[in-house]
Amino acid sequence: MIKITKELIDEHGINDKEYSFILESLGREPTITELGIFSAMWSEHCSYKSSKTWLKKLPTSNDKVIQGPGENAGVIDLGDGDAAVFKMESHNHPSYIEPYQGAATGVGGIMRDVFTMGARPVALLNSLRFGDINHSKTKHLLTGVVSGIGGYGNCMGVPTVGGEVEFNACYNDNILVNAMCVGIAKINKIFYSKASGIGNSVVYVGSKTGRDGIHGATMASAEFDDSSDEKRPTVQVGDPFAEKLLLEACLELMKEDIIIAIQDMGAAGLTSSAVEMASKGNVGIDLNLDKLPCREALMTAYEMMLSESQERMLMIIEPEKEKEAKSVFDKWGLDFATIGVLTDTNHIVIKHESEKKADIPLNILESGAPSYNRPYKIVTNPEVDQSYLLKSDKKIIDILKKLISSPNLCSRRWVWEQYDHMVMNDTILRPGGDSAIIRVHGTNKALAVCSDSTPRYCAADPTEGGKQAVAESWRNITSVGAKPIAITDCMNFGNPEKEEIMGQFAGVINGMVEACEILDYPVVSGNVSLYNETNGKGINPTPAIGGVGLLESLDHFSTPNFKRTNENIIILGDTKGHLCQSVFAYEIFGDSQGLPPKVDLILEKKTGDLVRNLVTKLKIDTVHDISDGGLLIALTEMSISGEIGFQLNIDKSNLNYSFLFGEDQGRYIISVEDKNLNDAIEYIKKSNISYLNIGKTNGKKIKIDRDNEIDIEELRDLYENWFKSYLKSN
Amino acid sequence: MEISVIVFPGSNCDRDIAVSLKKVFKSNPKMVWHKEQTLPKSDLIVLPGGFSYGDYLRCGSMAANSPIMSEIIKCGENGTFIIGICNGFQILTETNLLPGTLIRNRDLSFICKNLPLKVENSKSRFTHKYSANEIIEIPVAHNEGNYFADQKTINNIEDKDLVAFRYCNKDGIVNDETNPNGSKNNIAGIINEQGNILGMMPHPERATDKVAGLIDGEKFFISVLESIQ
Repeated sequence: MIKITKELIDEHGINDKEYSFILESLGREPTITELGIFSAMWSEHCSYKSSKTWLKKLPTSNDKVIQGPGENAGVIDLGDGDAAVFKMESHNHPSYIEPYQGAATGVGGIMRDVFTMGARPVALLNSLRFGDINHSKTKHLLTGVVSGIGGYGNCMGVPTVGGEVEFNACYNDNILVNAMCVGIAKINKIFYSKASGIGNSVVYVGSKTGRDGIHGATMASAEFDDSSDEKRPTVQVGDPFAEKLLLEACLELMKEDIIIAIQDMGAAGLTSSAVEMASKGNVGIDLNLDKLPCREALMTAYEMMLSESQERMLMIIEPEKEKEAKSVFDKWGLDFATIGVLTDTNHIVIKHESEKKADIPLNILESGAPSYNRPYKIVTNPEVDQSYLLKSDKKIIDILKKLISSPNLCSRRWVWEQYDHMVMNDTILRPGGDSAIIRVHGTNKALAVCSDSTPRYCAADPTEGGKQAVAESWRNITSVGAKPIAITDCMNFGNPEKEEIMGQFAGVINGMVEACEILDYPVVSGNVSLYNETNGKGINPTPAIGGVGLLESLDHFSTPNFKRTNENIIILGDTKGHLCQSVFAYEIFGDSQGLPPKVDLILEKKTGDLVRNLVTKLKIDTVHDISDGGLLIALTEMSISGEIGFQLNIDKSNLNYSFLFGEDQGRYIISVEDKNLNDAIEYIKKSNISYLNIGKTNGKKIKIDRDNEIDIEELRDLYENWFKSYLKSN
Repeated sequence: MEISVIVFPGSNCDRDIAVSLKKVFKSNPKMVWHKEQTLPKSDLIVLPGGFSYGDYLRCGSMAANSPIMSEIIKCGENGTFIIGICNGFQILTETNLLPGTLIRNRDLSFICKNLPLKVENSKSRFTHKYSANEIIEIPVAHNEGNYFADQKTINNIEDKDLVAFRYCNKDGIVNDETNPNGSKNNIAGIINEQGNILGMMPHPERATDKVAGLIDGEKFFISVLESIQ
């Protein structure tokens, strides 16, 4: 019997108050297995103890939402009996310690969340943040993470169709790896995790349990320090082949009426899946660990309960259907073991080698879990007059060349060409645009999907940053002509025990709430990752937003690339020239003072609705939103991808940095043929949206004025080559 | 027309190829599980892309020893049409139905992109709908697509006109710069001496759908269809 000492309790991340609650509720000292279970379930990662009072504020429903937060993933209605199932999740700490496996298992975990609900995964996205490009670990982490994501997704045969990569020194010792998966299911064939039926069998399927990942959830809830490298053994190892088999076996079994409830074993492994399934169903659960398929000998109950071995699921089925279910898993060569039974005790009882190792009333684990109203202080940057950012004698064209080849604006082709982004043959719009478009297999409708965040805005003004993250996602879905429906979020922040960090969280949530409400773009699933700090320094607040929209018909959609010469280039939305917090300010002046651009959500909605109308009714097929880098960067991306240049024809007073590089929100560029111009202008005027006709597409050059022109080819080389030359350099 | 698509554990382009085949051949292929001992009567056998057995040990090596393979080898020797795409090509080299082997890409990373291919042999039963030296665009998606064989084997393949496709640029230039993965002589696909078995790394099934962007794979499937009829 292991003695429960103060030291042991501390090591499990349980504080004095929490421990007294355990003693009081159990009426005795916990066993070591029980202590492990409490530790995992009450970790920040599993219990959301710092964040849940804030998360409750987020809008979670609209007329398309079938399932909001609280399940393995969110579900939305796509019409015709089809549903999309999606979620985003972080795997930050493991990816920093072991980039390939950390990223790979992040992808594997998020796919299980989706197919456990009966959906076939059809698209993967990610949101990646690395440290400064000159930091000694950045190259190693970048290459490891990208190949890990590719290694898992490619083997599964699920296309990785979108994502973002950002470099910033605040992530030097704490990179962010957020993975998102979208699946398609039939509405009448969605599976949930609520256990039911006293006497029903608890069945374990998938890979065997080993000692990997023990205490992963606790690790994900602690700050890093210089000894973090020693935590390598807690990173799980992925086996995408096993997961592919598990996917096919689960979907095959799901065709029959056999599974009552199912949940994957993710963070905190068997502990969280057993506890959550039983709690949701208001039943008890008895587990006999002697039956657990193990990869290693002499594993203890503690290790079995806390292992985070990958590619495992827990199911509830009726005992008389076990044989039929087992035959499916036998075919796919996977373990299938009945390891327990549902009871009416409302306790989780764990037996191993004829000994009772744990007996905990479920209500104290779930509802008794701590919840904190942590003190917070929302801090925003002081406002500054941006006129100092206009004082430079640098030529516009030289600034364009520098920005287009800067680490945060250059082409991400090096990244996404390592991902199979076409398998399944339904990728209609590939990575590199505003959203990817994925056809719903066998139909003429499609999903638009994207992932976005602008952490530097959130750091400068959490509330505006929160709004902007949601608005940008909504804008990116709109840019391809699709209707935005709902989002998943991955909230990456520092240590919530610090008032200002908690204030960042609170501010970002407040901003998101406002944006989700006004844009009718609710949150249906998500994940919170706190304690993203190293040696006491927090990351920029990073709410990664995964957006999903519906394109009713593939007959009309829009893409960013210019398609024809002699078309009119029109900006929709107000250009005020906001330079503070812009990529321009950072890259040219090394400046990050002041406030980010404001988002006018009412105008955002009106402008987006107009864009969608132009795409579907006027068949406008070239649309790009204006985001990082501003107008000239957006235009250059349209030129490079379309291999067609443009000639600007704007008022001389607009030939300045703020007009060309300002990052005002809620703007799009469209390109319109002469014959449609009058109709388009009429639509725009009717919507009461400001617009500006700024020139025409033309030739193979970008012409801003007589002193500022350049061949597209030259810009393309700058745009495309940054990653390769960076990785080749020493 | 009877078509069998072999499904190995870890195959992941089986559905994609079935969709393309159905579109061109107007008949549903049979999906045959690798553990079957007998093969349904087949005019065409397809080994699809994917990661059979997770590509563990060596790409295609474990699949090459699946129960169904002895039947497939027999059929291949008796003249049945066999196509192996990507992982299917790797399996065919592992069974020695095709010569050579596929090793790790020269740059050691996975490549997924559209690539121009030169139709090197436009008279074969798999390629006769293409014109001579036609430049087509077909995607690749592989980590081990670097075709390798000893010089004697390469000479034999070249002398007997068994190269179906080579990697090139959009002007048809075949050289080291237009070689995406380090394959010997930019070889992207080959045919056996009897002319009934083809293996290729690019994915023609990803180029039969205009909405998804590419259609140059259609002539490949039509060539096969007409050759069988």
